[in-house]
Amino acid sequence: MGILSASIAKKVAMALSGLFLVFFLAQHFTINLSSVIDPETFNNWSHFMGTNGLVQFVLQPVLILGVIFHFVMGIVLEIQNRNARAISYKSYKGSKNSTWASRNMIISGLVILAFLGLHFYDFWVPEIVYKYVDVKEAVEDRYFIELVHKFESPVRTGLYCLAFVLLMFHLWHGFASSFQSVGFNNKYSKALQGFTKLYAILIPAGFIFIALYHHFNQLPH
Amino acid sequence: MKLTLKIWRQANATAKGSMKTYPIEDIEGDMSFLEMLDVLNEDLINKGEEPVVFDHDCREGICGSCSLQINGEPHGPDRLVTTCQLHMRMFNDGDTIVIEPFRAKAFPVIKDLMVDRSSFDRIQQAGGYVSVNTSGNTIDANATPVQKENADDAFYAATCIGCGACVAACKNASAMLFTSAKVSQYALLPQGQVEAATRVLNMVEQMDKEGFGNCTNTGACEIECPKGISLENIARMNREYLKASLQG
Ligand code: SF4
Ligand code: FES
Repeated sequence: MGILSASIAKKVAMALSGLFLVFFLAQHFTINLSSVIDPETFNNWSHFMGTNGLVQFVLQPVLILGVIFHFVMGIVLEIQNRNARAISYKSYKGSKNSTWASRNMIISGLVILAFLGLHFYDFWVPEIVYKYVDVKEAVEDRYFIELVHKFESPVRTGLYCLAFVLLMFHLWHGFASSFQSVGFNNKYSKALQGFTKLYAILIPAGFIFIALYHHFNQLPH
Repeated sequence: MKLTLKIWRQANATAKGSMKTYPIEDIEGDMSFLEMLDVLNEDLINKGEEPVVFDHDCREGICGSCSLQINGEPHGPDRLVTTCQLHMRMFNDGDTIVIEPFRAKAFPVIKDLMVDRSSFDRIQQAGGYVSVNTSGNTIDANATPVQKENADDAFYAATCIGCGACVAACKNASAMLFTSAKVSQYALLPQGQVEAATRVLNMVEQMDKEGFGNCTNTGACEIECPKGISLENIARMNREYLKASLQG
């Protein structure tokens, strides 16, 4: 793995890719939130994101690579860390010294990964087919209707909400932890941690709110 | 008090070990955990059985040789104490106590509860020192002024006794807290600057080579450390490491 062979290099890479994804999440959330406030704004923003060359051909691939890097690295780390304790304890009280979220990043991470699979299948794949395979005409106001249709199903809405709860746990540990990983631990850390914890709760809660909002406010047929 | 002990017994490094149950009586709250084990061993010797092997030396919390995973926590349920400082009054009559060796691939079991922690020595040897010219013109350490906060932080880092509880507590068996304490101790002092870059690179390289896991910032180490070594040291080591790597 070259420069990523050292444990601290991996740690920093994990933190930086994580921070990048946290930043992306805020942007994604902002656009989604507009769907609750004003469908037209949502359509405009979605159209811009979906047709802008910079977004489509630079930012989108970077994002996808970022996601892939983050989870591949997470899995590699998990395997190495399990190997570091070949014989496990008969009695191990992790809850006495650490949070569930911090000890189970692999579980929350894998749930989020599974969610991303569903999410890609729901939105990204149809979008790519629409634009680049079928090469249909750009219709500027289709996004909102497509979005609301997706949340008709209670099963899908439920799965989305479940994934967001796990995202909460993942962010609860991961966001604050990434600053420690890049070496940031000083008198400002407490305030920063407060912010990261707030973010960890509010953003996923907001996503849950949006999903439920569209589920219960279906379009008139 | 009467207690039931469940202890890991393993004849030697290659033998397959298992948990054995021992009832024990007449234990007083004022005894230390190791004194309790002494009582057990006396009992076993009298019965002609093999006593339980465990590491210890100073019995006052300074040498770092006592270890033991007690009821799922290194050095037991109390905070800021080593196993030798742990009082039996932390337990209640009738309790079952599970006693295991510190578990990590880099800490192989030698016998019963005793593990080989020489991986820590090798990390130290990789850079945990300052080179001083002793040819007759040695500079008095006090001649170099050190900022008070730095002196304090370096001192706190230096209180690490190398017990390995941080590794034992960590779900990843990572040695970051130990290594970072040793790195910090020098990184904060002017005397440590000459070898600062090579020190952190070499010590981390050795740490990885020994087969310790990767740190995921669970913070378990800081909570279980008998000396209260802070996670700030790990952040400092990460900084030092980045700085040294970028310098090339
Ligand atoms: S950092 Fe604490 S727990 Fe780890 S070896 Fe040093 S004294 Fe023991
Ligand atoms: S025996 Fe020395 S620290 Fe416990």
